[in-house]
Amino acid sequence: MTLAHLPALVVVVPLLAAPLVVLVRRAAAAWAIATAACAFSFAAAILLSAEVAAHGPMSYHLGNWPPPWGIEYRVDALSAFVLVLVSGIGTASALYAWRSAAAELSRDQLYLYYVMHCLCVAGLLGMTVTGDAFNLFVFMEIASLSSYVLIALGRDRRALLAAYQYLILGTIGATFYVIGVGLLYLATGTLNIADLAERLPQTASTRAVLAALAFITVGVSLKLALFPLHFWLPNAYAYAPSAVTALLAATATKVSVYVLLRFYFGVFGLRLVTETLPMAEILLVLSLIAIVTASLVALWQENLKRLFAYSSVAQIGYITLGVSMASPDGLTAAVVHLFNHGITKGALFLLLGGVALRAGGATMGSVQGLGRRMPLTSLAIVIAGLSLIGVPGTAGFVSKWYLVLGAIEAGRWWLAGFVVATSLIAVAYVWRFVEAAYLSEPGPATPGRGEAPAAMLAPALALAAACVFFGLQTSWTVGSARRAAELLLGGVP
Amino acid sequence: MSAFGHYSYWITVLLMVAGLYIVIARGNLIKKLVGLSIFQTSVYLLYIAPGKLIGGTAPIIADGFRLYTNPLPHVLILTAIVVGVATLALGLAIAVRIREAYGSIEEDEILAADRDSGGGA
Repeated sequence: MTLAHLPALVVVVPLLAAPLVVLVRRAAAAWAIATAACAFSFAAAILLSAEVAAHGPMSYHLGNWPPPWGIEYRVDALSAFVLVLVSGIGTASALYAWRSAAAELSRDQLYLYYVMHCLCVAGLLGMTVTGDAFNLFVFMEIASLSSYVLIALGRDRRALLAAYQYLILGTIGATFYVIGVGLLYLATGTLNIADLAERLPQTASTRAVLAALAFITVGVSLKLALFPLHFWLPNAYAYAPSAVTALLAATATKVSVYVLLRFYFGVFGLRLVTETLPMAEILLVLSLIAIVTASLVALWQENLKRLFAYSSVAQIGYITLGVSMASPDGLTAAVVHLFNHGITKGALFLLLGGVALRAGGATMGSVQGLGRRMPLTSLAIVIAGLSLIGVPGTAGFVSKWYLVLGAIEAGRWWLAGFVVATSLIAVAYVWRFVEAAYLSEPGPATPGRGEAPAAMLAPALALAAACVFFGLQTSWTVGSARRAAELLLGGVP
Repeated sequence: MSAFGHYSYWITVLLMVAGLYIVIARGNLIKKLVGLSIFQTSVYLLYIAPGKLIGGTAPIIADGFRLYTNPLPHVLILTAIVVGVATLALGLAIAVRIREAYGSIEEDEILAADRDSGGGA
């Protein structure tokens, strides 16, 4: 009985936790409520994922209004997979914030931080679970507005400017998306995503539909920081509080990729996206440029948070590269990399938060001799770094493997070579960390030996362990991604 | 239908482009937000104008009324207006905080201040 209501509860619980936290105000209680709400969503997402794998997609009619008139929440193989990622990272980030946010924010702001955390997680989960295009816009704005606030909470004053710039670009992106949805609504008279897919082939005004495709592509690309629309990302990640950077890097851009997949394959259909308009070629070229330029820029960064922020732009390039292949292997690679990169970046940014707390900053200078001062943390950073490169035995290898398979399957050997070659740039920037942490003497100003507090270290290490676990045990991730890819490709005429 | 018959679309496009231009071309943080608001307003018009049928009434079934106007776009835009207000309010609040931290709301002066403080990295 309750299982049937889980698609709504997974969003509603963190959403309702937010006003509850405002009423409670005390930092410890606020933390407990936010963490419990995120943990509930995580448990619900795992249950939903098992249920969907066993019995197929679930549909929930809000207020008992049948779709397409009412709003439908729809959980299928793809959305259940993304739900697990978002709620899992949300829980890890909330646990981590207990010490991290307390150290980085003033006491009277703490409860507001947890309010925004709950709203951000609820918004991202809502984007994933909803089957209504306009409802998706509302959740997108809930998630975005709360993430602007979370970024602005950063201690550095540049966090304010980063939040402002993200607000401007994020709002333009969301507005472009809503223009596209409006054009689709004018052409078909429906907002339900499944209904849209059915009615689109019969619509007479193909030009409006093509314009909608263009607007939605640009809008969502801004949100997912596809090159050259990524300029908001490095500063936003670099100056946000540590727990926020991990949350946003691991989930916000990934959910946007999910929206792109939904619209490309679930609404517009393969024929419109790849044949009528050359979207696959455009995505391919932009992804290649993103991978090369962002990786090269990452090489020259002194601030480690900025370094890994640029690396995020490059990794998003790998995901969209998989999307552009529009083949079973390509989409499997995109979906599984979405998850694997999420946990890898989540682990990295959580670990860097610990370094920043102990050493007062996460720059190349402050991590000198880190291998001796914080052996566990630096070992975990190296492991997550290996996953970023795609070394066998780590999660990153699995996704790159399918990316290479997809390229070979399409007969593009040069692309397979490209994926392997660009991974070498990742080797270079991860090596810079290794060199500083293990081969340099600690500077005179660096603090003595000591790990980050256990409350911060534990969620970070758990995610780093997940990078290894999902590198060896791939049946759940690859299985889910494979089903999601079949769903996306099978859902089109 | 003549080009003028679609005049509400022309106004929509004009507002959209003007708003976007202000966001890109202006360096003043408040002016950027004004441009953003104009840009969002154009979308309200895009949704609402086609929802109106000339001579249409609210969709209540009664004798003598055959032509109904679709109320859904209005409801959607009511939501979008709320989102727009929240965005503007948050943008202005961040602009106030930036003014407190930097003493300016001109983008070039703020960027210069960051460069001078040695934090250009």
